Amino acid sequence: MKRNRPSRNIALKWLPALLVVLLGFPVAAETIHEERSKYRDITVTQVRDRRCLLFNVHRGDRNQTCISMDDRYRLVFDYTRMTFAGLLLKPDPKRILIIGLGGGTLPLTFADLLPDATIDVVEIDEAVVNVAEEFFFFSETDNLKVTVEDGRPFIKRVGIRGESYDYIVLDAFSGDYIPEHMLTREFLEEVKRIMSPDAVLVANTFSTSRLYDHESVTYQRVFNEFFNFKLPTSGNRMIITQLDPLPPRGRLVTEAQKIAEGLEKYGVPLLEYPRRLSTRVDWDMSRRILTDQYSPGNLLRDN
Amino acid sequence: MVITGVAFVSGFCIMTIEMLGARILSPYFGGSLSVWGSIITIFMLALAMGYLIGGRLSTRNPNAITFAFFFIGAGLFSSPVILFADGIMEPIFLAIEDPRYGSLFAAIFLFFIPTAILGMISPYSIRLMVDSHEHSGHMAGLLFFISTLGSAAGTLSTSFYFVLWFEVNQILWGAIGALITAGCAILITHYLKSTQEVKQSRPYEKKQA
Repeated sequence: MKRNRPSRNIALKWLPALLVVLLGFPVAAETIHEERSKYRDITVTQVRDRRCLLFNVHRGDRNQTCISMDDRYRLVFDYTRMTFAGLLLKPDPKRILIIGLGGGTLPLTFADLLPDATIDVVEIDEAVVNVAEEFFFFSETDNLKVTVEDGRPFIKRVGIRGESYDYIVLDAFSGDYIPEHMLTREFLEEVKRIMSPDAVLVANTFSTSRLYDHESVTYQRVFNEFFNFKLPTSGNRMIITQLDPLPPRGRLVTEAQKIAEGLEKYGVPLLEYPRRLSTRVDWDMSRRILTDQYSPGNLLRDN
Repeated sequence: MVITGVAFVSGFCIMTIEMLGARILSPYFGGSLSVWGSIITIFMLALAMGYLIGGRLSTRNPNAITFAFFFIGAGLFSSPVILFADGIMEPIFLAIEDPRYGSLFAAIFLFFIPTAILGMISPYSIRLMVDSHEHSGHMAGLLFFISTLGSAAGTLSTSFYFVLWFEVNQILWGAIGALITAGCAILITHYLKSTQEVKQSRPYEKKQA
């Protein structure tokens, strides 16, 4: 399950609708599918060519993945595009693992970009897989497999089998935020164990999260350092890291120049990303790290 | 008084341990709905067994010492949850691929025995209270009231506050400490009472002599 920033700002939320009214287009987003799964309410809507997957609409905190029906390759949201910044560190991944399926845009884009790579997706909610297949053009192939399971036991088992991935995307969300057992030091150590020596890890988090400081110190403890990747237009913060020390910015720029062209089709402005990848500490280092013993998730407040 | 107090403690501790159960299992079996299902199932089954056995035991010479040992035993049998959690869950995780049955078996090995012992407390405490009162239904109602109130308090304080203030194992040690303290409180009051009874009976004996 994926989500972009929580839409708290009512003005921003209604602005697109208002524009549509003013421009004389049909207003209402048409709901084309609704279902209540074991974990959440799932709604699929469509406004003109934009089809969106919404979670928990009734509770107000809508999470969404959208696709453009006219240009299916173009990624609609910043956070999906930002996930590809990991290519600056690992431009030619062969084995990709994505935790959290959502509408399936990430794995489809990876499959299109890297046809030889094998991609494993782990999604806890079978209903999300069905909706992605029915409404978002997602389908499994020989190289692209979905496992319906919780991400943590999946990763633990991969580690026990001694297998590894060279591009790992953590994009699992439930309820308010990332599930508590996927925020802890022990979990990140299990992730580390399944990273091949030159692998990159990309974790989607919120820059507005109450857990920002706790999350940052936990990643820092396990990986020593990471690129903090934020964009002014997005409420998401990507944590991008690898096992080796991080490369200098110059190398990121060179890498971006080499591969940016291939990503234009998806609307990923890769050339703009290197200067946004920061190693500056902008969090409170004194915060407690999250562990399996201490991970009170959404109980933590800014105090 | 002591019996109602310790009934509160047992209700409190049952729910504290149950609330932490999902947290303890999630590193191995994830946070899916079925993990909660496993925990609640095993707690219900263990309590059911406990009620049955506790009720049986209460028919044979009900006494405060046995009652106290329910608390101490439940405390001691809860300690593997802290000391051997990984050792218990890892082989189950390796043997059973399906996280539903994995979490079910893990919940059995971690929680069944201490919870069953805690279940014995309710019927046994009713028997002890009823000894001095004729209104057994009234006493049963009062004890259910107190212990369920304890359960509500344990659920709320664990999920709202304890997990924010303490580590999981610290909370568990706290629950074990509370159970053993409750057991000791029962023993102490029992011995105080019996020495008092001995003192009271002495003048009577002298008179007779």
